[in-house]
Amino acid sequence: MDMNIPYTVEERPDTGLTNGKLGIWLFLASEVMLFGALFSTYIILRMGAPEWPHGELNVWLGMANTFILIGSSVTMVMAWASLKLGEWGKHRMYLALTVALSALFLVNKYFEYAAHWAHGELPDKSTFLAIYFTLTGLHGLHILGGIVVMLYFLGPGAKLYKKSPEQFTNRIEYTGLYWHFVDLVWIFLFPVLYLL
Amino acid sequence: MHSDQESIRKTIRTYWMIGAALFVFTGITVAVNQVHLAVPMAITVALIIATMKGSMVASVFMHLSHERKWVYGALILTVIGFAILMLVPSLTINDSIGTPVHVASPAGEHTGH
Repeated sequence: MDMNIPYTVEERPDTGLTNGKLGIWLFLASEVMLFGALFSTYIILRMGAPEWPHGELNVWLGMANTFILIGSSVTMVMAWASLKLGEWGKHRMYLALTVALSALFLVNKYFEYAAHWAHGELPDKSTFLAIYFTLTGLHGLHILGGIVVMLYFLGPGAKLYKKSPEQFTNRIEYTGLYWHFVDLVWIFLFPVLYLL
Repeated sequence: MHSDQESIRKTIRTYWMIGAALFVFTGITVAVNQVHLAVPMAITVALIIATMKGSMVASVFMHLSHERKWVYGALILTVIGFAILMLVPSLTINDSIGTPVHVASPAGEHTGH
């Protein structure tokens, strides 16, 4: 009996997609709704507030993190493109760079959170801080999840490449789709929380 | 396979260019913020730039510019759901259920009769 998971490499005739690709897009759709609900909450809270704090956050640290995350999106797509070109060494380098940039993002976030903590600026102090910590905390958890997945593909998950390079390439593509979504969320979080 | 690799090589240049454009747009967003525009204008400009950046990430990095119809179908449903979520704040603000339409003021009661 064939126990292989179907349509991991070849596309399904009805959808024209691999199961993994359709799966990751449906997952991302649910993620849009999750962050969408929080953005909607932000709008309600902000419009209902008599005043809204401005200049509470370090814009330059936020901008640095935006550059870091955009850079990680470029290295992630390059990690996938390198695999498509059969350049294993380059793929490893770009994936490791993505992990390093993601970790740098979290280090910056740690310093930002630590500064808030030191000044007693905690989620219970104001509506702004509550929504700030909720949105950036949830986003940070997504970064952490992405790092775990990428480390898996740099470590034990890399063995799949020898057995089935196409399936491994597809897995990196799905990881990339998730990663670009996390970048996309930050692209909106940065102006909404840091600038406006 | 050869043509596939050739097209990937061409796309790689696009990836780097989009990355550079995203860097530039981020710089512009912060620069505009330093000008201290009026709040409605600042929100509009920042969200327009963010939408442009988001579109670049989605269309090029996530390959949405040439995807299968099933992906577009899932995304259309998501867009509808997202639009409803974004409408919730205005529905909340404009909600008049339970709010008295006309409340006579105590002063009016005295002057009216």
